[in-house]
Amino acid sequence: MDFRLNDEQEMIRSAVRELALNDIEPIAKEIDAESRHPAETIKKLAEMGIMGMMVSEEYGGSGSDAISYAIAVEEISRVCGSTGIIVSVNNSLACYPIEKFGTDDQKNKFLTPLASGAKLGAFGLTEPSAGTDAGSQRTVAQKEDGHYIINGSKIFITNGPVADTLVIFAMTDKSAGMRGITAFIIEKGMPGFSIGTEEDKLGIRGSQTGELVFQNLIVPEENRLWDEGRGFSIAMQTLDCGRIGVAAQALGIAQGALDRSVQYAKERVQFGKPIGKFQAISFMLADMETRVQAARYLVYSAAFAKDNQKKYSKEAAMAKLYAAETAMDITTKAIQIHGGYGYTKDYPVERYFRDAKITEIYEGTSEVMKMVISRALGL
Amino acid sequence: MIMEVTIDRELCIGCAICVQQCPQGYELDDELKAVVISTRAPGIMDTEEACPVGAIAITGKDTPVGVSHFQAKPVGLGFSREPEEIPVLEKLEPVVRVDESSDVWVFAEQREGKLAKVPLQLMGRARDLANEGKQKVVAVLIGNNVKNLAKELIGYQADTVYVADDERLEHYQTVPYTTIISQLIKKHKPNIFLYGATFIGRDLAPRIAQRVKTGLTADCTKLTIEEDTGLLDQTRPAFGGNIMATIQTPDHRPQMATVRPGIMKVKTFDPDRSGEIIQISPDLRRDDLIAKIIEVAKDSRTKVNLEEAKIIISGGRGVGSKEGFGILEELAELLGAEVGGSRVAVESGYIEQDHQVGQTGKTVAPELYIACGISGSIQHRAGMSTSKIIVAINKDPDAQILTVSDYAIVGDLHEVVPLMTRELKKRGLGGLEEDISWFPKLEYWWRNRVWTVTIGGRRWWRGVCAMLGSRSYIPGSTRLRSV
Amino acid sequence: MSIDRNKGENMNIIVCMKQVPDTTDVKIDPKTGTLIREGVPSIVNPDDKHAIEESLRLKEKFGGTVTVVSMGPPQAIDALKEVYAMGVDDTILLSDRAFAGADTWATSYTLGMGIKALGEYDLIFCGLQAIDGDTAQIGPQLAEFLDIPQVTYVKKVNIEGNELTVVRALEDGHMTVKVPMPALLTAVKELNRPRYPTMGGIIKAYREHETKVWSASDIEAEPANIGLEGSPTQVKRTFAPEPRGKVEIIEGDSAAEMVSGLVDKLKEKNVVR
Repeated sequence: MDFRLNDEQEMIRSAVRELALNDIEPIAKEIDAESRHPAETIKKLAEMGIMGMMVSEEYGGSGSDAISYAIAVEEISRVCGSTGIIVSVNNSLACYPIEKFGTDDQKNKFLTPLASGAKLGAFGLTEPSAGTDAGSQRTVAQKEDGHYIINGSKIFITNGPVADTLVIFAMTDKSAGMRGITAFIIEKGMPGFSIGTEEDKLGIRGSQTGELVFQNLIVPEENRLWDEGRGFSIAMQTLDCGRIGVAAQALGIAQGALDRSVQYAKERVQFGKPIGKFQAISFMLADMETRVQAARYLVYSAAFAKDNQKKYSKEAAMAKLYAAETAMDITTKAIQIHGGYGYTKDYPVERYFRDAKITEIYEGTSEVMKMVISRALGL
Repeated sequence: MIMEVTIDRELCIGCAICVQQCPQGYELDDELKAVVISTRAPGIMDTEEACPVGAIAITGKDTPVGVSHFQAKPVGLGFSREPEEIPVLEKLEPVVRVDESSDVWVFAEQREGKLAKVPLQLMGRARDLANEGKQKVVAVLIGNNVKNLAKELIGYQADTVYVADDERLEHYQTVPYTTIISQLIKKHKPNIFLYGATFIGRDLAPRIAQRVKTGLTADCTKLTIEEDTGLLDQTRPAFGGNIMATIQTPDHRPQMATVRPGIMKVKTFDPDRSGEIIQISPDLRRDDLIAKIIEVAKDSRTKVNLEEAKIIISGGRGVGSKEGFGILEELAELLGAEVGGSRVAVESGYIEQDHQVGQTGKTVAPELYIACGISGSIQHRAGMSTSKIIVAINKDPDAQILTVSDYAIVGDLHEVVPLMTRELKKRGLGGLEEDISWFPKLEYWWRNRVWTVTIGGRRWWRGVCAMLGSRSYIPGSTRLRSV
Repeated sequence: MSIDRNKGENMNIIVCMKQVPDTTDVKIDPKTGTLIREGVPSIVNPDDKHAIEESLRLKEKFGGTVTVVSMGPPQAIDALKEVYAMGVDDTILLSDRAFAGADTWATSYTLGMGIKALGEYDLIFCGLQAIDGDTAQIGPQLAEFLDIPQVTYVKKVNIEGNELTVVRALEDGHMTVKVPMPALLTAVKELNRPRYPTMGGIIKAYREHETKVWSASDIEAEPANIGLEGSPTQVKRTFAPEPRGKVEIIEGDSAAEMVSGLVDKLKEKNVVR
């Protein structure tokens, strides 16, 4: 057992932290207020090789391990949860399934631009009536000589409105239920594909979320990912990977809120001394620090399992469950420590608080995580 | 005196005999007059006699020519050197022995024919250092048409001034300056040599130190003589000002230091001081002048004069925004102060770079420094901790800035600073600028077509006419009337 | 070194880099007045990063190689890994116990010998100064040792043929200088914005790249010219900067009262009048 990161991982942390502090933090408040996609930061992240961290060099990626990937998402989310999820979705939900399940041609055509950050990816699974119950897809793909015609819609798709390349799911065989779901790679600008409603969200407002609408969308057969009927399996494996990303995002949000709280507790003076000198505050901070560290170990251990080709569904679920709840807990307390100021937009903790909530919901709610964990216990 | 070849342009007839005899030493210029390219050229000694009109005068022939570059390795500079013509400096060997060195030398930095402030400060200190060993203060002045500055240097404590005046030296250039000063060092063997830690001094001094193999201490803030040994104690901040180090150069001469501007005190100018001015003709080779100055420009932005401000109001992270600096500016205006900023404030875009105080910005030492919302990182403290009175306004009673402050208000600067402006106004207090309002100001008042005088902020006439001897003088009116 | 090479087309650039403690994090032990070095991260000297960035840009424009040379203890390899991850071609660490205690003279000598051992170069780039020493002396001293022209405080570089056109900062303006290569330049932060190390670069730096480590004998350095022995200057003592008298916190029930108290004090000290 060795709890240390290696030198490579440490350097990845310090490099991403430098970028986060110099380029992401200064605009975090602004992209939240304006619900703006931070294209300029994504470009810088791409130059650094963060948009395709685990993708092999052959396809324009960085070839990193999953721990380094988690560290990168954590460091970005520590200053901006919105940017954290944009990165996580591109890495885990777009690059990952194409690299794992795609053909060489698909990888050359779609993965390389995604991994190098030339293009941005998204993942379309959720439908109005197929959220947690992902099996009840209504989007349909009908095969007709050499291509599929897709009809239906997807909602709450992170990066959807700004994505260039999307992995989506549709029923090719309604009678087969979950085994009738097939995955496709589609691109912005294909006739029949449009963006519907864009969501006005509580948090992660710098990340764009919207509806994908397919009206007789024609997708060539070579855009089908793996075989027909393999969609559900692709989705589940992809989401396992995605949960490491979201867990790292939650961890970063929690750490960021904790950092701000410690700093504030040292500076804010009441009754003639800094509030951090009062036990009510110092003990609260001690609990927060402990909880964040516990979440960190869960997140890294899930990534470690993935790096070692172990099954990591349960680990990823536990990491996401715990990190998300930690983020919610820490950000709530961070506002409490900041008092009235924390409730205002003068301090960033309210943003962390709003950003934290989504981590308990997307890429599987906390309840779904508990289902995954309890199933692994044989229940 | 270093060997000098002078050409009397009145006498020179452009016959080019000297060029024929010594092509590496002379050439004809646009006006077909001979000019010296190198005083080291082979055969140059004979040209004095060869000149048919006696226009060439060579002095100091017996003096060996000074230090030169290392000759071990030819470098592709585009000129082939003539090692046999240049006395070889034993590579990496010191050129001045400890026991033969004396006097305190100062590099008299000038730009555009005006002396910089720092050499005057250095000479103030050099005088004290020289007095301890009964040594002379010597200044080296290099430039074009700068001879007139030599007298000024004497008035500011120089006993001897070496002047290298040459049109090729119009602008500062590293290598020719290095060559000239190294030659002087080799010949006159200074004990101490001080340079301002300016953009020029810090470029020049290390090059010289390497050439004459001696030590150099950068950016000193204190210079004293160690009693027992007579060595120069050179004290400077290191690690961003976290630590002070005292450095000595025990076995090499001159003991060289660059000195932070604004720290040493200038001695009062004494127009009656006497000293000697020695002109030297710079012995430069063409490859000394290999760098070509294309342009020298002043940046046109409004100059922030932090270094000379008597009061500075500085803001840091706590100011929070560009707009937040408004209240600091108001206070600064009232006090006739400059506005400064910490590195964080500059990097966050609250204030421009040229306002930055600290290790990476300006070093300041005003009478009063008010630090608003500045935590006081060591970098910042390094740039302002020698201010006479320091006031901190900070929410954090444990902020580092308090460790260097005389007074502190623990509170929100956004509340405190405007209150302070109000309080000062209420009490009619201002800054430290010389108050000249008492000085009578004479003006013609067009409305009433009379001459008026303004004293203490009030304008008077009538009696003024008397002072001016005007015709409108009204007999019997002895009092000025206020208008 | 040949002078007739077509310099503009294939540049060999050497950058001198120093690993330094991040002085922004340096703390002083209040009891002993000494530096607490423990837990202070080591970083690539910031000015050197600007030198590396500019070198990489020149390389991208004209082709060639960028080699980074550093003198320091074996731990300095970490800093060399970082600059490798920025995209330089090779890294060399001059490391030997005999180098310890070098002042700027001996350091310039050592770097100079290392550079001579590397062979041909067109351009040497240094940062203006290191944040731990702030001397700004290595650049000029190294240039003198190598007998090449120097331009310090460089904020802009252009190359035409074999000639550099360089803008050098002055206190109140700037100066444009032309120098032929080989030459040495020292970079200030206005020169550029350094790139970040890339993820792929970091991974390669640790998994593939090997920094060459050269000792004093590898670079044929004279023992009399290196380390403490070769340093004309000696540190007599180090001490904590003199603390001021204890700060007087102006008390008061309201901000207005505190301000009034402060103005009293300032008036007393005659700094407002």
